[in-house]
Amino acid sequence: MTAQHTRTHSIDVSSVLQAQKKNDEPLEPCIKVENLNLFYAQKQALHNVSMEMPKKKVTAYIGPSGCGKSTLLRCINRMNDLVDNVTIEGKVLLHDENIYDKAVNVAALRRRVGMVFQKPNPFPKSIFENVTYGLRIQGINDKRILEETVENSLRGAALWDEVKDRLNDNALGLSGGQQQRLVIARAIAIEPEVLLLDEPASALDPISTLKIEELINELKEKYTIVIVTHNMQQAARVSDFTAFMYMGELIEMGTTSELFTNPRKKQTEDYITGRYG
Amino acid sequence: MDNSKIGQHISGQFNKELEDVRNKVLTMGGLVEQQIEMAVTAFSTGDMEMAELVIKQDNQVDALEMAIDQECMQILALRQPAAFDLRLLITVIKVVNDLERVGDMAERIAEMAIQLSSTDSKHDQYYELEHMAELVQEMLHGALDVFARMNIEDVTTITGLDANVDREYGSIIRQLITKMMEDPRNITRMLDVLWIARSLERIGDHACNICEHLIYMVKGEDVRHLTQEELEKKMQG
Repeated sequence: MTAQHTRTHSIDVSSVLQAQKKNDEPLEPCIKVENLNLFYAQKQALHNVSMEMPKKKVTAYIGPSGCGKSTLLRCINRMNDLVDNVTIEGKVLLHDENIYDKAVNVAALRRRVGMVFQKPNPFPKSIFENVTYGLRIQGINDKRILEETVENSLRGAALWDEVKDRLNDNALGLSGGQQQRLVIARAIAIEPEVLLLDEPASALDPISTLKIEELINELKEKYTIVIVTHNMQQAARVSDFTAFMYMGELIEMGTTSELFTNPRKKQTEDYITGRYG
Repeated sequence: MDNSKIGQHISGQFNKELEDVRNKVLTMGGLVEQQIEMAVTAFSTGDMEMAELVIKQDNQVDALEMAIDQECMQILALRQPAAFDLRLLITVIKVVNDLERVGDMAERIAEMAIQLSSTDSKHDQYYELEHMAELVQEMLHGALDVFARMNIEDVTTITGLDANVDREYGSIIRQLITKMMEDPRNITRMLDVLWIARSLERIGDHACNICEHLIYMVKGEDVRHLTQEELEKKMQG
């Protein structure tokens, strides 16, 4: 009886309860979007969007097709500049610097803000050359640096163990899931601050999808991640914050756990419970 | 907030599943209410057949509990519900747990009714118990009504009744103690009556639990372990 008593007393409940609450840590904003409007010719695709994406956290954009989530994502590294007839108003601040300032070097910006697309798009070159491509165009040719980067990036993308014995094989011979992780390795080889993922797992099988999700969880230790996904459960699983967009407007943004269990807006509720239509 | 929340899914099958779970909970609630009603009647009229029936029917309550849990688990696994749907299912799992316990209380009352009838023929001395039974039945009915309508406006009226139940319980205990002191031969009987009072008091608590779960379902706010005053404040704010 006495022994049992002492044992009961030694259970520390407060540590368990504290672990549950640990998301109280202060957030440092990395990217700020301020009153962003975007027009494709006459058609307005983004309506006065303002939001903050915290550093080293995963922010997910969800919403139906055509709601502007990919457009918004592409504003963060000025990919929309490549589209004809685009007009952009407002600001996108990366660490308080407006990336739409005339003085900004777009190539340098895209080195800081890497991007991965829906379909894996490795170059038709060897695995090694794929990862080192970014470094080589920066003029880095030191073999030791390149080899180190390849190993670190492939490890970072959880692909190293699967490909370490065939680094000189053509990347197109890899499976879809491996190709997608290779593309992520290529993106992190140049050590960006931000990773933009546009539907990174939608062309992959469930196991590869889980590997990518696991990877996202590891990558957020080092990078600020913004992900666009059609798969709401995926957004729920991988992200810390979720933004729901509809018809070019930001409807609601909040912590993922709050947004998926108790959204504030009815539109959000209808969308995430499958009632939108 | 109304129950039109169910019934607008793009997936008709999902609608059907949620609607089905909800109907099963209401059926279970109806059955449990009937069990209490019968157990209390059996006690006050000495109708032993009715008491036996209550005991026999408790397995139906148990079966419904398991069937509903099973269905909720299926939906959670297959549909990955979110927001209101998720809260509905979590609430249902908790509510059926409370309802099953209420079913056990009804069974206990029926058992005590049988035990008492063998030693006691005068049933007219337990007016307070009958009044207490009416109170907790009103509470449970109110809670189930909230679930059916998914409207939590009047929920604090129901939880507020629990204070009355507790008061009645206290006064019954005092009476029972007096009777035991008057004549120690009463003790066995009075202990049985005490079990009934205790069961009724527990039913009131379960009704309050159900109300709290329902507030979570509708508002998404966890209001457990609050005092009545705190709860009222929260519902107004």
